[in-house]
Amino acid sequence: MNEKNIKVLIVDDFATMRKVIRNLLKQVGYEDIVEAEDGVMALKALKAQKIDVIVSDWNMPNMTGLELLKAVRADSDLAKTPFLMVTAEALQDNVVAAVKAGVNNYIVKPFTAEVLNEKIKKIMEGINK
Amino acid sequence: MNVKFINPFLEGTISVLKTMAFVEPRAGKPYLKMDSLAKGDISGIIGLTGSATGSLAVSFSEPAIIKIVSNMLGENIKSMDSDIKDAVGEITNMISGVARKNLEADGFYIQAAIPTVVSGKNHSIAHVMGGPSLIIPFEIDDGSFVVDVCLAD
Repeated sequence: MNEKNIKVLIVDDFATMRKVIRNLLKQVGYEDIVEAEDGVMALKALKAQKIDVIVSDWNMPNMTGLELLKAVRADSDLAKTPFLMVTAEALQDNVVAAVKAGVNNYIVKPFTAEVLNEKIKKIMEGINK
Repeated sequence: MNVKFINPFLEGTISVLKTMAFVEPRAGKPYLKMDSLAKGDISGIIGLTGSATGSLAVSFSEPAIIKIVSNMLGENIKSMDSDIKDAVGEITNMISGVARKNLEADGFYIQAAIPTVVSGKNHSIAHVMGGPSLIIPFEIDDGSFVVDVCLAD
């Protein structure tokens, strides 16, 4: 699957961080990018359009990344949506909780555009096998 | 102040700015700062607790942070705006994350609070522990910034 055809939903409460991730995605060829400022808005965006992969921050007010992941997996229409969790640190307890909740992969900040692309590609390849 | 704390923060700072902002910060000689006056125009501060307790501040001069955030966002930022404030918090958070990961190798397990951002000429930095803090000065082509750590084990 070509990057151009992958629709990415970036979920982060910081507008600046959403811009940073958007900038990184653009650098490696992604063009179809939508944003949500928290888990609640992300669920609305997911219901309104077909999203190929979710790139979500862990720490967010209202609904954390983990709560969003659980909500996505519990919704029969959205359950199979690939989910990449962004964290500031790879705390083992958090990783275990995310894996149990059905995360496809996680990425620790800071990361390069190439590493982000690699993670998304790996998830998409796994899904399309 | 344990000298073991210097390298994790130094390496964390270089790693974060190199990866996210595509700049190569050059580190100067660390020294102790006795007052609470910030060395830059905008600072991110984050509390740290665990096997060492204290706080980390990252304090940027205006030209340095404008260059860093412009690179991070892929935009030509001209003045200090809300993007800069958010980015300083995020950069502080990431530096703390990498430094704490590095400190684990020395047996220090440290958690971080949510960063706060303070700006303005001659603003002050209230470290959790008080007392002198360790300054690691950095330069990029566009300006300077410092990592200001006050941590006790």
